[in-house]
Amino acid sequence: MYRYDEFDETLVRERAKQFRGQVERRLKGELREEHFKPLRLQNGVYLQLHAYMLRVAIPYGQLNAKKMRQLAYVADKFDKGYAHFTTRQNVQYNWIKLAEMPDVLDVLADVEMHAIQTSGNCIRNVTSDHLAGANLDEIEDPRPWCEIIRQWSTFHPEFSSLPRKFKIAVTAGETDRAAVRVHDIGLHMKKNAEGRIGFEFIVGGGLGRTPYIGLTTREWIAKEDLLSYLEANMRVYNRHGRRDNKYKARIKILVNELGLAEYSRQVEEEFAAQNTWEKVVLPQEEVERITAYFAPPKFQTLPVVSSAFEAFKAGGREQARWAKNNLRPHRAPGYISVHIALKPQGVAPGDATSDQMRAMADIGEQYGLDDIRVAHEQDVVYPHVKLDDVPAVYAALKAAGLHASNAGMGSDIIACPGLDYCNLSNARSISVANEIQAVFADPEFEDEVGTLHVNVSGCINACGHHHVGHIGILGVDKKGEEFYQVLFGGRADEKATIATIQGPGLKHEEVAPAIRRVIGKYLELRREPTEKFIDTMGRLGQAPFKEALYASA
Amino acid sequence: MPLLKDGKIADDTWAFVADGDELPAEGHVAVSLARFLTEHETLLAGNHQVGVKLANSEDPGALKPWLDRIGMIALEFPKYVDGRALSQAQLLRRRYGYTNEIRATGQVLRDQLRLMIRSGFDALVIDQADAEAVYAFSSHEFSEFYQAAADQSATIFEKRQQARQVKKPTDERTRNGN
Repeated sequence: MYRYDEFDETLVRERAKQFRGQVERRLKGELREEHFKPLRLQNGVYLQLHAYMLRVAIPYGQLNAKKMRQLAYVADKFDKGYAHFTTRQNVQYNWIKLAEMPDVLDVLADVEMHAIQTSGNCIRNVTSDHLAGANLDEIEDPRPWCEIIRQWSTFHPEFSSLPRKFKIAVTAGETDRAAVRVHDIGLHMKKNAEGRIGFEFIVGGGLGRTPYIGLTTREWIAKEDLLSYLEANMRVYNRHGRRDNKYKARIKILVNELGLAEYSRQVEEEFAAQNTWEKVVLPQEEVERITAYFAPPKFQTLPVVSSAFEAFKAGGREQARWAKNNLRPHRAPGYISVHIALKPQGVAPGDATSDQMRAMADIGEQYGLDDIRVAHEQDVVYPHVKLDDVPAVYAALKAAGLHASNAGMGSDIIACPGLDYCNLSNARSISVANEIQAVFADPEFEDEVGTLHVNVSGCINACGHHHVGHIGILGVDKKGEEFYQVLFGGRADEKATIATIQGPGLKHEEVAPAIRRVIGKYLELRREPTEKFIDTMGRLGQAPFKEALYASA
Repeated sequence: MPLLKDGKIADDTWAFVADGDELPAEGHVAVSLARFLTEHETLLAGNHQVGVKLANSEDPGALKPWLDRIGMIALEFPKYVDGRALSQAQLLRRRYGYTNEIRATGQVLRDQLRLMIRSGFDALVIDQADAEAVYAFSSHEFSEFYQAAADQSATIFEKRQQARQVKKPTDERTRNGN
């Protein structure tokens, strides 16, 4: 994991001090809310329905035990004893007092954390593959480049008042676990014809009101050109992105209105015009310095099969199911990655109590090489766990109520906070997500259904990523009543697809039964049990599922 | 409204002349880009110092042929959250090598000063009591920067590289063949 040097440390401390001054001026009335708003937003402070919310950055989703414990401390000392892990691999607190925000920032700075650029019209916290450095299929660890992008984008003097927010994601796996095609800029590490590793450069993806799959502007760009090319893209966007309508201000609209060819031409022209002193090229020693922090841990030489793990799997239905659903293959023999699904039945997806956070810290420290990740599915992941330790990890998770065995399954729902917390929202998300979870309450039934991504958003801003759910649910307000539109066929992986709205919205209480009918139709139509929901739908089209959706019960 | 030049209150010697209005016979005269492009011969030949006011949607590259003869370029922040003028200033300084005054006009607020200074503004029209003190404070709130910018502060990446080179001077000398 990256460690701050004196420069990174100074910057974060100075930022905390600056924000303390801004809050003081606001509380004294020297700063109007209108002028304070963008300042607090660039520091992750939102004004929600009931209180201020603070979004803390977890760069590319990586934590360690010390940081996780500090996050738990913040939850206890400044909030109501819990926190919410987000789809952007960050963590949010819903009940922090404005006057105490500066103290929280100081506490975070003590463990090399901050809330810089977690909101506002700037380059947001960069996200990545939560299994980086552990998974089987990546060509290189993407995290050094995430960290390089984090540093380059922090307080960028030219790109801090963009037309709209700007999200960058990096992945290096064949399987895209970072949803790079639905980001403003997605970077997919790939080899060129000569075998050199660089980046496929993807622009203009995004969800929200107008969802788009990003378009490739360069099949491959060299590492040494990455930051300069990013600058060229950012400058074209900063100068020409629309500012007349905030719903048309994301880069995806610019790319779409100009067309890919013209957008690329402008970027290439800007890139070619850069003087040598305008190029952003890090010295090779600096790239190496940052990369060294992400060097693979020293894995022990272990047998591929662990008798302790085999005995664990045979030791009971509940734990066998957890082992089947919550573990992911690891590149080192005898190791595995563990998903903690923060989606037990009936809880707000992504929420954890401070006790649970401390438990996650302890377990990660003891069994997970002190490496803890936040996944965009709102789960927490230990990338490196010995198979031999899986029984102990499970027992400890179970003791903390963190043993939900539904990772990647129907009840592992992504949902935004919805109308219960958010002042943008039109409808409740958490309650509808909980009712859909209940459809899958029987583990045998849920396993029978298999892999299924259900994503729920409480409004068209799409924080619950409903456009890329196999089944997406979108809350809308019709004359003061909540309705839910259902979408089919979305996916966020390397085959990224925007889901299609099926038809008229359903009432809150109609959603779960309708989803149950759709699942029933899938079970009836699938060719074999291994054919996933999304694949059956791909093979047969959406019509039969739509029919089931609207069939009266 | 006070004008700050390099952080100090200064007299504003520039007269902005609207399109269609008659130009004074001499003095510091600033006009729109459109007027400059049609009348630059007269303007530059006359007894004037010439300045240009750019809308933030206009291309500063249009001024390239005359930049060494332009004494002031005014850029605009119609709203302080609209950062287009930051790109215009960076282009003028770093791409085209413009060295005379770049002035920030419009909604210029203290919490944006640092971004403006770093992007190449050296003059600010700012509605702020105690403007010099606020400038002195805001321009020094941060001592470290990751990005190279028009203000030419040493970047964190450069400082790290320097520190590495101080650590192993002999290696460097060997590599350079000294």
